[in-house]
Amino acid sequence: MSRLKFFAPVIGFLVLGVLLWRGLYLNSRDLPSVLINKPLPEFQLEDVYDNHLVGKQDLPDEMFLLNVWGSYCLPCLVEHPTLIRLSEENIIPIVGINYKDEQDAALDWLDTNGDPFSFSIMDVQGRLGIDLGVYGAPETFLIDKNGLIRYRHVSVIDEQAWKEIFVPAIEALKLEGS
Amino acid sequence: MVPELGHFTLILAFCLSVILGTLPIIGAARGNILWMNFARPLTAGVFVFLSVSLIILAYAFVTDDFSVQFVAQHSNTLLPTRYKLTAVWGGHEGSFLLWTFMLAGWMLTVSIFSKSMPLDFVARVLGVLGFLCAGYTLFMLATSNPFDRVLPLAPADGADLNSALQDFGFIIHPPTLYMGYVGFSVVFAFAIAALLSGKLDAAWARWSRPWANVAWAILTIGIALGSWWAYYELGWGGWWAWDPVENPPLITWLLGTALIHSMAVTEKRGIFKSWTVLLAILAFAGSLLGTFITRSGLLTSVHAFASDPTRGVYILGFIILTVGGSLTLYAFRAPLIRNNSGFAMISREVALLANNILLVVASASILLGTLFPMVFQAITDELISIGPPYFNAIFVPLMGILVLLLGIGPVCRWKSTSVSFLVQRLWLIAAASIVLGVVLPLLITTKFSWSVTIGISLALWITFSIVRDILSKIANKANKLKGLTGLPAGYLGMQLAHFGVAVMVVGVCLTSNFSTEKSVLLGPGQTIDLGDYDFVFNGTIPITGPNYVGDQAIIVVSHNGEYLRDLNPEKRIYIASNSPSTEMAIDSGLFRDLFVTLGERRDGGAWSMTIYVKPFIRWIWLGSIFMALGGVTAAADRRYRRLRLKSNEAVGKQGALSSKLQTVT
Repeated sequence: MSRLKFFAPVIGFLVLGVLLWRGLYLNSRDLPSVLINKPLPEFQLEDVYDNHLVGKQDLPDEMFLLNVWGSYCLPCLVEHPTLIRLSEENIIPIVGINYKDEQDAALDWLDTNGDPFSFSIMDVQGRLGIDLGVYGAPETFLIDKNGLIRYRHVSVIDEQAWKEIFVPAIEALKLEGS
Repeated sequence: MVPELGHFTLILAFCLSVILGTLPIIGAARGNILWMNFARPLTAGVFVFLSVSLIILAYAFVTDDFSVQFVAQHSNTLLPTRYKLTAVWGGHEGSFLLWTFMLAGWMLTVSIFSKSMPLDFVARVLGVLGFLCAGYTLFMLATSNPFDRVLPLAPADGADLNSALQDFGFIIHPPTLYMGYVGFSVVFAFAIAALLSGKLDAAWARWSRPWANVAWAILTIGIALGSWWAYYELGWGGWWAWDPVENPPLITWLLGTALIHSMAVTEKRGIFKSWTVLLAILAFAGSLLGTFITRSGLLTSVHAFASDPTRGVYILGFIILTVGGSLTLYAFRAPLIRNNSGFAMISREVALLANNILLVVASASILLGTLFPMVFQAITDELISIGPPYFNAIFVPLMGILVLLLGIGPVCRWKSTSVSFLVQRLWLIAAASIVLGVVLPLLITTKFSWSVTIGISLALWITFSIVRDILSKIANKANKLKGLTGLPAGYLGMQLAHFGVAVMVVGVCLTSNFSTEKSVLLGPGQTIDLGDYDFVFNGTIPITGPNYVGDQAIIVVSHNGEYLRDLNPEKRIYIASNSPSTEMAIDSGLFRDLFVTLGERRDGGAWSMTIYVKPFIRWIWLGSIFMALGGVTAAADRRYRRLRLKSNEAVGKQGALSSKLQTVT
């Protein structure tokens, strides 16, 4: 027994190794199949600017992006110029989920960096995030005009991701008429 | 033609590393002196060829050779030369070449400064490092060759270096961080060499201690530089974000901190031997894990390089081979280690054990928090997220206890210390730090805050304890100054690093509690005040840089009505990538930073901007500098230079044990 305890580190390490190996193939950038083509979960949360309650009925009737962001989130600054461009050029509406953030910090952040969002939902507790299976900010969902989740992108939408992933996905959705 | 030469020298470096990773180790096992003697020349060869590769890659950048894919992706003709040079580590392939070059640099240093160690030990250390180097160079050649060409149609111009990286911080942060990271490979190689030889005595700890101290000091600076760079470049005024890629260096640093303390016990008292070896392996595993996380695309973060599953599989395979292999070796060898002395419940040994437990628990919690979302998904297929609240809730209390113990540990004596001695030494200090911890913050602010009081008390507690200990050490010296400089460098280094902790605690505590900020929309000529400071916005002027255009704001700052200085934050658009970048303006000072970031232009020449006052933030990095200086000072202790005599003695003493081990193998 006294000798066996020295094997504990290597066994623990191998378990970690197996988990990491699985993690490599999980590809957390893809939505788990349970939520794809499903409607968005119900929610009643406050708007980041004036605290009035918003719910599913307030979301756009057309195709839109649902972007998870936070003032603490460094990568969000990387994708921000792209979101600003999309909103300034009226390419697609973007609704923000201000995820586990403080309202003052969020407002400052929008003020400093510009606000590309039609509106931002404050998800202070992360409840909506859990229902959506959010991994962390930034994360972006593509919602079709029927309110179904069609694509989930974990990580930054920069110009490259926009061109290579979102534009083809949106074209495909337009073709099928949804 | 020139990039192919770089590719070729990379292949040569790989070939030499393979020989270095095998021949000297076999030679050491068989007692073949010739084969062992190959270790040093082979190390020099690996270093030379990797240097040539690195220089050639830099040359391709400087000469705008966009037929090299890596150059085309990370440079541009307009890029200033200093950034062309440093764009070498602006992406995955080149930064991995830098990483491997750093390893070769450490190897060369070991081969030069190891004259006092026995030949078989040097052969094994360099052999293990050569094996690692072979793994890294093979990884580059197989999956991430920085010299890959885009032929026959080379792009006319490059895509440019990410604008956030075009900054002084980028020139120094990655090389320093890598140098510190890779330094723990050296300590790992010492541990494996000791395991292979079976001579797990105090001697290996003494040989590797200066290396561990230096690697730890460089890693400290590397992390601090990252924090400082994030603070002034990313423009959100924060200095630590618990980003998944910030965490592995911190994990490595915490394990490294545990290691340098455990090594002290092993060297001085001949106990905790197997634990020290295990920590050396774990610290190295932490550094590899950092590489894996940034380069595999397992987690998403600002630091992540473009992901590619084959790279992840290769690095993970390499980690399992090296770390799994060495832990298995450890499992077979560790039971044979005999600890040859005991200690009482209250003693320096126990204090250092507590230090080790706290540091290892802290690093395990951070590892858990970093990987948990992924592991949870692997097991249950559900997704969760973990944010800074988790890390703060666990890390801050653990460090609080650690810092509390830090005031006691160095005062304790080896083997056994009486409670009455500790009480006699420390009661006045404890009382003074609590009283001052309550009173001092009330001089600045009228609001009482527990976290500030605790933070200030802890910082004072460490400082007083250090001063008290040093005073007692020089109490009976006639000349106090001579007495102070006559203390061993190892001791002075320790106290300097501990003082660094106190300085950092003050910085973290006051910055977190007393920072103020205001976001405002200012038209030309308008004023905003924050605390005692007034900021007058005098409009913007257009600016043109070598590869960007933009606006520069003129903000006149005055303190209590007296002119202080101008601050000039900028908003830039980098031409090649059409990407915007915000350059903050900072007035830094020992007791406070003033910090202005420019937001968006609005109607009528008005701009949105955010103004911050951050008290004592410099102390966070100042503390890191003290810690690093302490590490280097301790490594310069004279006793490491008198190695030869002592180590021979130690080997003689351990002869019986090692011959017993050899029969086992």
